[in-house]
Amino acid sequence: MRRAALIALPFMWLLALFLVPFLIVAKISLSDIALAIPPYTPTLDLSRGWEGITDWVTGLDFENYIFLTTDSLYWKAYLSSLQIAVLSTLMTLAVGYPIAYAMSRAADEWRPTLLMLVILPFWTSFLIRVYSWKAILAQEGFLNQLLLSIGIISEPLTILNTNIAVYIGIVYTYLPFMVLPLYAALEKLDDSLLEAAEDLGCSRMKAFWLITVPLSKQGIIAGSFLVFIPVMGEFVIPTLLGGSDTLMIGKVLWEEFFSNRDWPVASSVAIILLAILIIPIVLFIKNEEKQWESEV
Amino acid sequence: MRRISWFNATSLTLGFAFLYIPMLVLVIYSFNANKLVTVWAGFSTRWYGELFRNEAFLDAAWVTLRVALVSSTLATVLGTAAAYVLVRGGKFYGRTLFSGMLYAPLVMPDVILGLSLLLLFISIGLDRGMMTIVLAHTTFSMAFVAVVVTSRLVAFDRSLEEAARDLGCTRWDAFRSVTLPIISPAVISGWLLGFTLSLDDLVIASFTSGPSATTLPIKIFSAVRLGVSPEINALSAILIGIVTVGVITTSLISKRAIMKRIAEENRADT
Repeated sequence: MRRAALIALPFMWLLALFLVPFLIVAKISLSDIALAIPPYTPTLDLSRGWEGITDWVTGLDFENYIFLTTDSLYWKAYLSSLQIAVLSTLMTLAVGYPIAYAMSRAADEWRPTLLMLVILPFWTSFLIRVYSWKAILAQEGFLNQLLLSIGIISEPLTILNTNIAVYIGIVYTYLPFMVLPLYAALEKLDDSLLEAAEDLGCSRMKAFWLITVPLSKQGIIAGSFLVFIPVMGEFVIPTLLGGSDTLMIGKVLWEEFFSNRDWPVASSVAIILLAILIIPIVLFIKNEEKQWESEV
Repeated sequence: MRRISWFNATSLTLGFAFLYIPMLVLVIYSFNANKLVTVWAGFSTRWYGELFRNEAFLDAAWVTLRVALVSSTLATVLGTAAAYVLVRGGKFYGRTLFSGMLYAPLVMPDVILGLSLLLLFISIGLDRGMMTIVLAHTTFSMAFVAVVVTSRLVAFDRSLEEAARDLGCTRWDAFRSVTLPIISPAVISGWLLGFTLSLDDLVIASFTSGPSATTLPIKIFSAVRLGVSPEINALSAILIGIVTVGVITTSLISKRAIMKRIAEENRADT
């Protein structure tokens, strides 16, 4: 009996506040925009009985999805989000792997401190860490001041409000999400495997590619998903660091909802984004479960 | 002890420089007397003073703190129950759906979660305010609590629970007197994680808050959207300071606990 209650409580919560909301989004994505409160039509009117339900069903259509395919803004935004997400995941992996590797090779008494140094930014406000780059990358910002004063450049560089700033912001804020799973995987690596490989005539580079990388596969997968999936829908970074030509779907959705007040179109943008992300999300959850099962 | 190679030392130095220089610059320049944030004009605590006289920021901070306290506590209860059920509960109808719903918010983009929750609140006619933010934050913090607690649950020896059951404990007694003390570090870190996530969240709070409740991230975002502001630098420095003190304290405490355990094990060996 207690077991049933224990299951039911979180289960009901998630059904009501996670699954049902998605069904509502799906339904509104099939509605039309209207000058009313709420600003869409048709609304389900149960007081009119059966007629109310049939009117509601016949009022739904795929018009918004057709609209999304005809206006190039949307598919360009999806493609550009995909490009930014893929490239920045690879960059974060390239920056994060050497850090995680060096942490896992460090002396035992150093590791807790190093781990703390990675976790600390992770606990610090995301918004503030994105904001901190504004003052650094601006036209009259610290980076330009530094480069000008040592004479590397003669004209200030324009970085803020471009896609370069967006990439820097993503790599910076998502780096701990990449380093932590990589470190967890690399820490378990048995040194004797590498020694054996070297004894058998492998160069260190070859041993790294043949042993270290494959054995840290789960960390690479987990870290990449933890970066790729949220970045696809990122809103804060492109808004604060990107320019007017930075197209990302999270920003489009936000503007559609808050500026244009077009709830049906915003909902269909969300549904398509979800459809794109559903496979990576399922793969991510599977990967996590596999990891736990291997530990049992 | 292994000697650290020059390559590893370089990657650590560069990596940590990259992680810390932006925050350091922000903290240093929060003491800049100049209104132009990037031009140094001498040391001053002027912006801290202005920040504490700004009622709107203080109100928002108070709202944020209350939302974080309530939502992380709810999330800890629900997330721990969910993790326990998934690891120990065996098979039950809808298990895959359950774990899918539980873990999806870990990576789900905030804009989707925010939009869907807002549309739910509107369709059931719930007025937007602190309550709706709490409901929203609990839902996504739950996932993080569940992950942290799950990793602890799979790691610990199940026979301890079984021994308690054999000795006549009910399932609930065994949970309370054996399982809970063992997983409590994970439950506490889950709570802390939920608390910070709630303090930090901008996107979901923007969707689910109403005019009656503005959180600190919403205020910060509207202040920095168009440029840098010295008051926000002061606020950022305070928040960075709190987190630094908190993280260092907890890691010192856990380090002492580990040392104590090692010392006890050594004593037991001799």
